[in-house]
Amino acid sequence: MRYDVTLPWWAWVLMGLGLAAFAAMVVVSVRRNRGVKRSLFAAPYTLWMIIFTIVPLIIIVYYALTDASGNFTLNNLRDFWDSNYSRRAGASSPAIQARLAARGMSNMEPLLYSLWMAFLCTVICLVLAYPTALFMADRRMKRASSLVILFVVPMWMNVTLRTYAMRILMVDDGPLINFLRLIGFADAQLMDTPTAVLIGMVYNFLPFMIFPIYTVLSKLDPALLEASSDLGASPGRSLIKVTMPLSIPGVVSGITMVFMPAVTTFTLNVMLGGSKRLMLGNLIEQTFTKQNNWNMGSAMSLVMMVLILISLTILRKADPNNEGGGL
Amino acid sequence: MKKLMLILLALCFCVPSLSAAEGKKVLYVCNYYDYIDESVLELFEQETGIHVEYIYTMDNESLLQELEISPAAFDVIFPSDYMVERIIAKDMAAELDFSRIPNAEYTLEYLRNPAYDPENKYSVPYMWGTLGILYNKDMVTGPVTSWADLWDPQYANNVIMMDSLRDTMGIGLKVLGYSMSSTDEEELFAAADKLIEQKQLGIVRAYQLDETKDRMIGGEAALAVVYSGDAWVAAESNDKLDYVIPQEGSNVWVDNMMIPKQAPHYDLALEFINFMCRPDIAQMNSEEIGYSSPNSGAIELMGEEYSGNHIQNPAGEDVDRCEIYHDIPAELLDSLYNPLWNDVMNAR
Repeated sequence: MRYDVTLPWWAWVLMGLGLAAFAAMVVVSVRRNRGVKRSLFAAPYTLWMIIFTIVPLIIIVYYALTDASGNFTLNNLRDFWDSNYSRRAGASSPAIQARLAARGMSNMEPLLYSLWMAFLCTVICLVLAYPTALFMADRRMKRASSLVILFVVPMWMNVTLRTYAMRILMVDDGPLINFLRLIGFADAQLMDTPTAVLIGMVYNFLPFMIFPIYTVLSKLDPALLEASSDLGASPGRSLIKVTMPLSIPGVVSGITMVFMPAVTTFTLNVMLGGSKRLMLGNLIEQTFTKQNNWNMGSAMSLVMMVLILISLTILRKADPNNEGGGL
Repeated sequence: MKKLMLILLALCFCVPSLSAAEGKKVLYVCNYYDYIDESVLELFEQETGIHVEYIYTMDNESLLQELEISPAAFDVIFPSDYMVERIIAKDMAAELDFSRIPNAEYTLEYLRNPAYDPENKYSVPYMWGTLGILYNKDMVTGPVTSWADLWDPQYANNVIMMDSLRDTMGIGLKVLGYSMSSTDEEELFAAADKLIEQKQLGIVRAYQLDETKDRMIGGEAALAVVYSGDAWVAAESNDKLDYVIPQEGSNVWVDNMMIPKQAPHYDLALEFINFMCRPDIAQMNSEEIGYSSPNSGAIELMGEEYSGNHIQNPAGEDVDRCEIYHDIPAELLDSLYNPLWNDVMNAR
C-alpha cells in the first residue's frame, strides 16, 4: 500500500516537532498562567493563513500582471475588458483579429450573466429566508431548534451529492416535471435551463442567508417589541419600524455570504445547466485547465475579486459596527 | 522521559517513508489514475524481481510539464497520440529497440505506423478507442449513420454534445467534410458557425463530459457524442443504447507506452513494455479499464463476447475511415480554436 501523500522524512519530523513544540508551549503557558502572550495562540492559524491565503493571492496577482514569459504587462486586464482577448496571441494576423472582433467575442457576456444570476439568487434567498428566520426566532415557537437542524443537516452533505439529488428531482420524467405537466405546463423543462441553475444556487446558499438573520433576530431584546406595542404600534408596524431596521446587520451579512459564492458558481452550471451558457466561473476554469493560460485566468480572477471587494465595501456601509458577524 | 517520548512520536511519522524497496532494481513508471490493473505490477515484480515505482499523473499536459521539469524522472510514460507527436518533436523520446519487445508483434495491423509516429520507432499502443454517437434505439426514428444526424431538427433538444474543444470542433469540421485537425482559418470559422447553428436551432440539449453516460443510461436524450469506452459501459447498463462510428469517419485515439530519452533504466523499461504487451497481461489491463485493447493476442483470449462487440472491437474498415488527431500548434489554439470555442459556448 502506497501513500498518496509522499513527504520526505524530514518534513514529517519537522511537522511532528512543530506540533510538539506548540503543544508544550500551550501547556506551559496555561499552567503558569503568565509569560506567553495570548496572541501567540494564533500563531498556527497565522502561519496557515500566510501560506494558503496570502501567498496564493500574491501568486494570482503576479500571474495576472505578467505575460507567458514572466514580463510585467497590463495586457491581460486590458484584454479582459476589451472583450476580444484573442489579440494577445502574437501569431494571429490582424485579419483574423478583425474577423474575431467582428463576431463580438465577449467576456462581458459570462460576467454579466454571473452577476445577474447571483443577484437573482440573493433576492430569492432573502425573500425566502427572512420570514423563515422570523419564524425560527419567535419565542413562542417551541420547535425552533429542530427547524434549525433541518436547515443544517443538508449542509453536512457534499455539494456534489446534493446537486445529484437535485438532478433526480428535475429530470424530464422526474417528480417536479410530472407535477408541472399535471397542472398544465406540457412543455415544462428544468434540466439544462438557467432556471435549474438558479434553483440549485438557491438550494445550496439559502442556509447562508437564514442563519445570519436568525442570529440577529434571536438576540433582539423582546422588551423593545413590548415597548412598541405598549406605545400603540400594531404587530405589523412593530415589524417594519423595530424588527426590520434592527435586523439589517444580519441581512447584510447574509447577502454577502450568498452573493459571493453565487457569483463564482460553476459546477452547478455544468451539472444542472448543461453548460449551455458560460458563467464567469466556467470561463476562468476553462482558461486555466483547458487553455492552460494562467495569466489570463488570473487576470479574470483578479477582476472578480475586485468586483466582490467593491460590493463588500458598499455593503459594509450598511453595517458599520459588524453586528452581523461581518466578513 | 518526555524527550524520549517526543523522539518516539517524531519517529512514528517517519515510518511510511522508510518502507520503500531498497537494494532491488527499480523502474519508474508514470501513468494516469485508474489506468492499469495494479496486480499486473505485482506479477511483474514476482517474475522479474524489478520493483515498479508507480507514479500518477493527471493528464497528458501535466505529464509533459513534469517531464520537462525533470527529464530523467520516468522510465516509462503513457502519452496519447498527439502528445507522442509533441514529445518526439521536442526530441524527448528514446528510440525503442523492438528486437527486445517481441510481444509488440501482437499490435493490431491498423494501429501500426500511425501518423503520430509514422515509422513506429518510439511508441507501442496501450489502449485505444473511437469517438462516435451513442443513441437510444427507442428514441430515434431511423438508423443513425452520420454526424449530420446531430443537426436533424427532429431531434431538437435531444442531443448531448461534448464539452470538449478538440472533439466538438472536430465534429463541426468533419460534418463539413474537413479534417478534424484542420489548421485552416476558413474551415475553422465555418465549423464554429456550424456548431452555433446547431445550438441556435435548439438541437443541443446540453454540453457535457462526465455526465453524458449516466444521462444516456437514464434515457434523457436520444443522441450523444461519447468515447467508445463510455459507450460500452452505457450499453452494458441499458440495452436500448447502441453506438455508431459515423460514416464520414471520426477520431480514433491511441494511448501509448514510450521511454523518455533521458530515462535512467532503458533496459528495464523495454522489459516492462514487452511484459505489458503479453496477451494475458494486456487482457487483464483491458478488462480492468474497459477500453479497447490494441493487442490481437488479448482480443483472442477475451473471446467472442469481446471480439463480436462492435463498440469495443470495431471493424477494421470503420477504423480506417477515422483519423488520429494531430497536435495543434499552441499559437493556433490560442488565436483561433479557443476564441471560436468560447464563441460557440457563449452563443444563444
